[in-house]
Order: sequence, then structure tokens, then C-alpha cells
Amino acid sequence: MSILAKHKFIETNATLLLVLSFLVVTIGGLVQIVPLFYLENTIEEVEGVRPYSPLELTGRDIYIREGCYVCHSQMIRPMRDEVERYGHYSLAAESMYDHPFQWGSKRTGPDLARVGGRYSDDWHLVHLRDPQSVVPESIMPKYAFLEEKLIQPEYVDELLATHAFVGVPYTPEMIETAAADFRAQADPDSDYDALLERYPGAQVRNFDGQPGISEADALIAYLQMLGTLVDFSTFTPDASR
Amino acid sequence: MDTGTANYMKLVVLGLVTLMAMIAASYARDLAYQVHMIIFMIVAAGLFLVTLRSTDEPAAPAAPQNEYFDSVVRAGVIATAFWGVVGFLVGVVIAFQLAFPSLNFEWAEGYANFGRLRPLHTSAVIFAFGGNALIATSFFVVQRTSAARLWGGNLGWFVFWGYQLFIVLAATGYLLGGTQSKEYAEPEWYVDIWLTVVWLAYLACFLGTIIKRREPHIYVANWFYLAFIVTVAMLHVVNNLSVPVSVWGSKSVQVFSGVQDAMVQWWYGHNAVGFFLTAGFLGMMYYFIPKQAERPVFSYKLSIIHFWALIFLYIWAGPHHLHYTALPDWAATLGMVFSIVLWMPSWGGMINGLMTLQGAWDKLRTDPVIRMMVTSLAFYGMSTFEGPMMSIRSVNSLSHYTDWTIGHVHSGALGWNGLITFGALYYLVPVLWKRERLYSFTLVSWHFWLATIGIVLYAASMWVTGIMEGLMWREVDANGFLVNSFADTVSAKFPMYVVRGLGGVMFLSGAVIMCYNLWMTVKAAPAKDALATAVPAE
Repeated sequence: MSILAKHKFIETNATLLLVLSFLVVTIGGLVQIVPLFYLENTIEEVEGVRPYSPLELTGRDIYIREGCYVCHSQMIRPMRDEVERYGHYSLAAESMYDHPFQWGSKRTGPDLARVGGRYSDDWHLVHLRDPQSVVPESIMPKYAFLEEKLIQPEYVDELLATHAFVGVPYTPEMIETAAADFRAQADPDSDYDALLERYPGAQVRNFDGQPGISEADALIAYLQMLGTLVDFSTFTPDASR
Repeated sequence: MDTGTANYMKLVVLGLVTLMAMIAASYARDLAYQVHMIIFMIVAAGLFLVTLRSTDEPAAPAAPQNEYFDSVVRAGVIATAFWGVVGFLVGVVIAFQLAFPSLNFEWAEGYANFGRLRPLHTSAVIFAFGGNALIATSFFVVQRTSAARLWGGNLGWFVFWGYQLFIVLAATGYLLGGTQSKEYAEPEWYVDIWLTVVWLAYLACFLGTIIKRREPHIYVANWFYLAFIVTVAMLHVVNNLSVPVSVWGSKSVQVFSGVQDAMVQWWYGHNAVGFFLTAGFLGMMYYFIPKQAERPVFSYKLSIIHFWALIFLYIWAGPHHLHYTALPDWAATLGMVFSIVLWMPSWGGMINGLMTLQGAWDKLRTDPVIRMMVTSLAFYGMSTFEGPMMSIRSVNSLSHYTDWTIGHVHSGALGWNGLITFGALYYLVPVLWKRERLYSFTLVSWHFWLATIGIVLYAASMWVTGIMEGLMWREVDANGFLVNSFADTVSAKFPMYVVRGLGGVMFLSGAVIMCYNLWMTVKAAPAKDALATAVPAE
């Protein structure tokens, strides 16, 4: 136990104790986090994943603000029942533009990673207004106020620009047209060809069926695109990942 | 610099802060930011007025330097008890919201739905209750074991009030929708910056006191406190790296995304458990259990191994929160292996605490406070066995996403953190307010039994719902079809959700009884002479 006897040196020297403790607690994080940024197979190569459109990104912020992640995961694990229930298991590529990620940790409600296209806009609207009216067993709170709260895209260009700053490939053009794209996506009568060119696969509808763009429009636009982007014919699983 | 000049400098700074907060509030883009700037403005303006009134007045006599700085610890004890009750109460409310969704009142939809209250509950108990307990006890312990007054003078008060301001900003932010959605790190960028400032001041106070200590050795409790403070600073800064969309709004964008962000988050999240709720509280264990039992720590060598093994291993455990996700397998495997190894130092520490009672086991019969502390170690041992087990991939495939995790967290948080904190408060109040003893030991017993039975109800009901829903989700019939819809599993959990809520009510009642008992100790228990707070002479 002579090594332990030498511990006296550390425990009589505050700075040394501080420095050694700090070094010891950095190791695990360095080994686990740093390689994820440069190992090439960390994020799978698949086609279809694109940055969120301005309306979808706004909807995503509402999802975050209301704490939806507290009860809904967005991460389908590759077990048989999950794939059966929710669809293809989630890929890292599908959340590569998620700042921050929304994988969640708890399923008080079902997983939402592939909820896009599963239900109609109407269903979502009614469900947000009063979840128990469509799913009697549900314990989800009501979110009726979302459809009453009209929103303007006054700062959405800055939101996109900040995402571009941290690495999301928004072009200067996308940032410039953000407000117009925001309005176009909720208005099926608009000229949305340019929007679709910038955000392939974006769905253009009046999601809440009411005049004006509400928070419910944005949130439903986000929910309806979740998990719909990846073209799985371009995906080959990497055995050694 | 004399006090007059210092006061004028303070006035200038406070005046500027008031003005800037006023401007920011008027340009605010969202409600959370606006309310927060108004809070900053009121606080700065209030301090401005106080400073102004004391300027050019005869200086108040300086605090005697030969006494321990205990007023800040007393404030911390009060704050711990207060935020504890608040945090438990919100917990009870959201537990019943899950059983009876109509408790998500329609008139409060935009503020008090489960999604906004749940972060309020977790932050209130971890950071407000736990954080105040850690700051108060660490200030108490480091002064006693260093035989020195807290370093930094009024910096200790800055840490205390700065931390309360952080709590208020975080709590109001959640209700008003200011959140970045990273679990246990939800506050937005300016709140994070404020906490960083307060935390560095905390580190300075603590380390400064150790450096000016008059004991040759740094006591083991202080190693744990120090590692907790330093590691939490590192975790907090890295996990909250984000870019504000505008300086006039609360919204910010995380620097990391997707899989890397998930790894960073759970590196943070698990070590919020590992360092905030474990290392720091082990510091409490290493001081208050020997004190209350009037026995020395069982093994000095074991405490050295315990310390270094625990802080080295804990930091690796994060990826067990991400089994079978899109996180690469190598990282998840590392997380699993280290989590299982972590069982050893955890139990080593528990044994070191329990065996401290060697020769004093009879106190379990006569002293309900030591009973509380020992039970907290039993819960610590249980949840540090359960945790490594749940980190095994095949177990995790069942337990992940279910209520089992919630039960596990609460047996640790209520059992270990809660009971050891209550024990420390019962020890501290008579010492700090110079009372001969607690007002009532019968009430401590009541608290003990209410809390313990409450935790058992909580943990047991969550085991049942967690394992049940995990099995129901994966159940397939003879033809290979899923048997249960998701909604079936939700309705099946209802009775257990009620039991869980009742467990919470019991735990909360125990805490309320404690507050009454501590209040009456201060008010009515016989006083003790004042010598106990003097710093020993050179």
C-alpha cells in the first residue's frame, strides 16, 4: 500500500488536487466524444436528408418550446417490435441538421421519428386541440392555443442564418428568401416551385385549414415531414458501425 | 481602494446594468426574455438603491474574521428546505397530471402543461434543492475541516444570491417557454452565462478556503466537493455551447447536432447524476455521517480508491442512455462496460459510509437522524446496483423509454439525495442556530417513515409500469403481429400512476413536517453557548 501512502502529497496540495481531478474527469469524454466528429461511418451516407424549411424549423422550435421531447422520442431502435410499430430504425443522418437533437429519453407517448404522413392534417389539428377526442386513452395535454396564435416570419431569416453559422448548409439565397418560403409553404395558392426546389419534398398546404399562419400550421408542417426524407433505397447498413 | 470609491464604482456598474436590462426588455422578441430582463432590471436597480443609501454613511463594522462565515450557510439551509418543498410539490402535481390529464388546466395551457412543468420539477429538485444543499453544506464543511473562515468575504453572498437568481430565471423561463430542450440543461444562453459566472465564484470561494486552510491535510469530503465543482463547470460549459439567434431574444442554436449532440448531452446528463448528485453528496456523506455517528470514517485507504475510481469511471457512463440508437456501437459498448465497472467504487463508497457506524450501530435505535443517513446509503447502494444493471444492453432494450428509468432515478434522488440532505439539515440547524438539540425527534421519525414508505411506493409502482409497458410494447401474437396498441399500454398504467402520486404526497408531507420541526428548533429549542463558531486560533 505504499502507493496510497504517497497520496499525502496530493491531499496536502490544493492546486495539485484540482489539476489532477480535472485531468482524470476529462479522459472519458475526450475518448467518447471527439472520434464522433471525424470517424467517417458515424453518419451514414444516404440521399434525401435536407435542412428544414423555414416553416418546419419554426414548427420544430414550437415542439421544443412546449417540451414535446419530454414524452415523445424521435429515435426508433432496430428491434422487431419498434420497426413493426414505427417504421425503419432511425439513422444518424436523419438528425444531422438537428441543433439540438430531439431523440428524447422517454415514451410516455409514442415515438414520432416517422410520424410524418401517418395521419391527416385534420387529425393532427383535432388531436392538438383535444387529444382525448381522437385517442380516448391518451393522457396528452391540450394544445388548442396553438391554432389561435398567428405568427409572422419577421425573424426567420436570422434563425436560418444562425443555423447556417453552426454548419447547416443553408445558402445565402435560402436565408434571403426565408420569409417568402415561410409564407408560401402554408399557402397552396402561392407560387411554391422555388420553395420545392430549395427544400425537396416539402409539403405545401394550409395545414390548419384556417386563414393566416398559426403556430399549429408550423407545428403540423414539422410533424408531417418527420421521417419522410430519407430514400432508403440508397441506404446500405455498415456492419462494423 | 477605500470603500467610498468602491461604492461609486458599484453604483456606475449597477446603473449601467439597470439601463441595459431596460433597453433589452423593450427590444425583447419573446416573453421569457422580456420577463427575465425586467427581473435583471429590478435586481440591479434594487442593489443600486441599497448601495446609494450606504454611500458616504459610516461603514458598518466588518464581520469578525475570527468566526466562521455561517450566515450564508444558514441562508442556504433555508433555501434548501424551501426549494425542496417547491420541487416536491411540482413533482406531485405532474405525477397526477399523468394520471389525470385534466389537471393540465385549459386556462393555463400555454404555461402549465406537463411539457413545461416537468423541466421545472427536475430543475427545482436537482439544481434548486440539491444545488442549495451542496453549496450550503460545502461552505459549512470546508470551513470546519480547514479551520478557516470562508475565503472571499461577501463573495459567499454573491454565490448564494446569484444562484437563487439563476433558479428564478430557469424556473420562470420554463413556464414562459424559454428552453433549449437539453434535459437538465434547459435554460437558455444568458441564464447559462450567468450560472457560469456564479459557479466560478463558487469555485473561488471553495478553493480559496482550502488554500488558506490551517489543517495540513485536505479532508476527504473536500476532494469530492472540489471534483464536483470543477467537473460540473466543464460539463455545463461544453453542453451549453450555443449561438443566440439575436441578443434581444432567448432563442439560441446548439453548436452540435444529431448524434454528436446526443453524445455530449448524455455525457453531461449522466454526469449531472455522477457529479452533482453523487460526488457532491458523497462529500456530504464523508462529513455528516462521521459527525452524527461520532465515529471516524471507516477506511482512509478505501476513501482514496473510492475517490479516484469514482471520478474517473463516472464520466464514461453517458452512452448507456443511447443503447440501440443511432450512436455507433463502439461508444455505446464503452458506456456499458464502464457503467458496470462503476458498480465497484459506488459500493466501495457505500461500505465506507456504512462501516463508519462500526461500534455505533446502537444509534440506529436511538437516533432517527442517523437512521435517515443510513437509509440514504441503502438507497444509494440499491440504485447504484440497479443503474449498472440497466446499462447492460439487453436489460436496457426493455427498460429504455419506460417508467422503469423514472423509478430508478427517483430511488436515487428521493432515497439517496433526499434522505442524506434531510439528515444533514437535521444536523446543521441546531449547530447553526446554536440550539442544544432538535425540537422533536418524534417528528423526525414521522418524516423518516413517510419518506421511506413514499419512496418504496414510488419505486415499486414504476417497476411495475416500466416492466409492464416494456413487455406490452414488444408482445407479438402467434402470427407475428403486435398485440397491443400504444394507447393500450397507456391505459394499463393508470392505477400505478395513482400509487406513484400517493408516494409523492407522502414524501412531500415528510418534507413539510421537517420544515415545521426545523422552524420550531430555531424558535423554541433551548439555546446553546456561542463558542462553537469561533475559528480555532493559529
